[in-house]
Amino acid sequence: MSDAASDAVRAYTVRLELVDEPGELLRALEPIANNGGNLLSIFHERGNLTPRGHIPVEVDLEATPDRFETIVEALRAAGVNVIQAGAERYSEEVTVLLVGHLVETDLSDTLSRIENCGSASVADVSLTAPDGTDEVSAARIRLVAHAEGTDRALETVREVAAEKELRLVEPLMAGGVEA
Amino acid sequence: MKQARLAILGAGAVGRSVLELAGDYGHSVVAVADSETAAVDAEGLDTEAVLERKAARGVVGDHDVAAALDADYDVLVEATPTTLGDAEPGFSHVERALEADRHVVLANKGPVAERYDDLRALEADSAGSVRFEATVGGAIPALSTIEDMDPSHVTRVRGILNGTANFVLSRMAAEGLDYEHVLAEAQDLGVAEADPSFDVEGTDAALKCVIVANELYGGGYTLADADVEGIENIPGSALELAAEDGRTVRLVGEVSGGEVRVGPRLVPEHGTLAVSGTMNIVQIETEHAGPLAISGHGAGGPETASAVLADVGRLPQP
Repeated sequence: MSDAASDAVRAYTVRLELVDEPGELLRALEPIANNGGNLLSIFHERGNLTPRGHIPVEVDLEATPDRFETIVEALRAAGVNVIQAGAERYSEEVTVLLVGHLVETDLSDTLSRIENCGSASVADVSLTAPDGTDEVSAARIRLVAHAEGTDRALETVREVAAEKELRLVEPLMAGGVEA
Repeated sequence: MKQARLAILGAGAVGRSVLELAGDYGHSVVAVADSETAAVDAEGLDTEAVLERKAARGVVGDHDVAAALDADYDVLVEATPTTLGDAEPGFSHVERALEADRHVVLANKGPVAERYDDLRALEADSAGSVRFEATVGGAIPALSTIEDMDPSHVTRVRGILNGTANFVLSRMAAEGLDYEHVLAEAQDLGVAEADPSFDVEGTDAALKCVIVANELYGGGYTLADADVEGIENIPGSALELAAEDGRTVRLVGEVSGGEVRVGPRLVPEHGTLAVSGTMNIVQIETEHAGPLAISGHGAGGPETASAVLADVGRLPQP
């Protein structure tokens, strides 16, 4: 990998174990924000317990590789139990096109509903509205997901598109991975 | 089967090309019918004379259409227009041939897409067999390749199966034009019909996928089982967004996991499926042989006739 690439921001997943006490989650997130990490999503598996009786939390964040190392060190220094860091980044990526009255049907709501499916993050959106925002526009949306998360994410996109009467141009998938 | 005597039903582009090319493949044509008349000659028709008559007078002969079905033939070539639902009159033609223990080669998608199970039941009671390579992908040997690979070892089939839709999408992407503009151009060029709905709404591609599904899963599928979306009114701006990202949009038909889906899909701009113009491609994914892809002309008289005549060649000698 070239030196230039090591400065590029990448998406990482960190799995943490938290004690079930008030303020624990905030304490775990502070070292990320304080060290230049950009939080993408937090999956707090309440009701699930790790073998040690703690609550597993999965945090997706963006950072440069250098900053990411600092973040993991800071988490450990703050006494947060990091069970897995960086080994598994977003492993799947999928791009879709949406066509229709994207602005009228509230594009930001569309995007947040895709995010809220819990298995993917919206990494990138390009919108074109050549005839103005009142007319038909098109958006290219890049989603990043955990292994096997793309199927669920696509299902959510299909649902939202059907409900808002948007046309969806899906990618070709092969066993959950974009072909 | 060698030196077969053919009866051809349907004198459109495909039927006429079969008539014209049969001799090249060592076969003779003993009957041909269009929608109104039939020409019959037990010794073999003078195909040039029949084609001239069709061109000059619009009909092939003096007999009733039924006379073609009564002729003494080995193989019925069913090339009448595809109809949905009961798939008539094509289905009845096939039924009569099989009940008379003759072979049938179809270019008409209706009977195999809409009444596959009925068709196989008739075949089971007949000494004749049914083949229909020409119904999927025109000249492309899609079904015989699936048959050779063994359907139970084929995990997925996907392809570009409609030349009109592919022409429209590839022109839109190449020229940055809008759907309506390119469709009008395609109609001027004769690539799209005056009523293009069968092609652009995805119905034609879906019928082909349904036929593939029937072959892969042993029947049970009709058009109603396909999830179909067309390409109407996709804006040029959507194709531009795709191109910025190294992708393009194609009308892709897919059969996998027991499902049949047809719709516009994002594909890599220089990927296997991004064929241009009216070309078609069929990609077959197999359990042990990996992926196979065959591209070629999905329509056209001589191209489709070559698939019909290849089927005649595959039939067992009586």
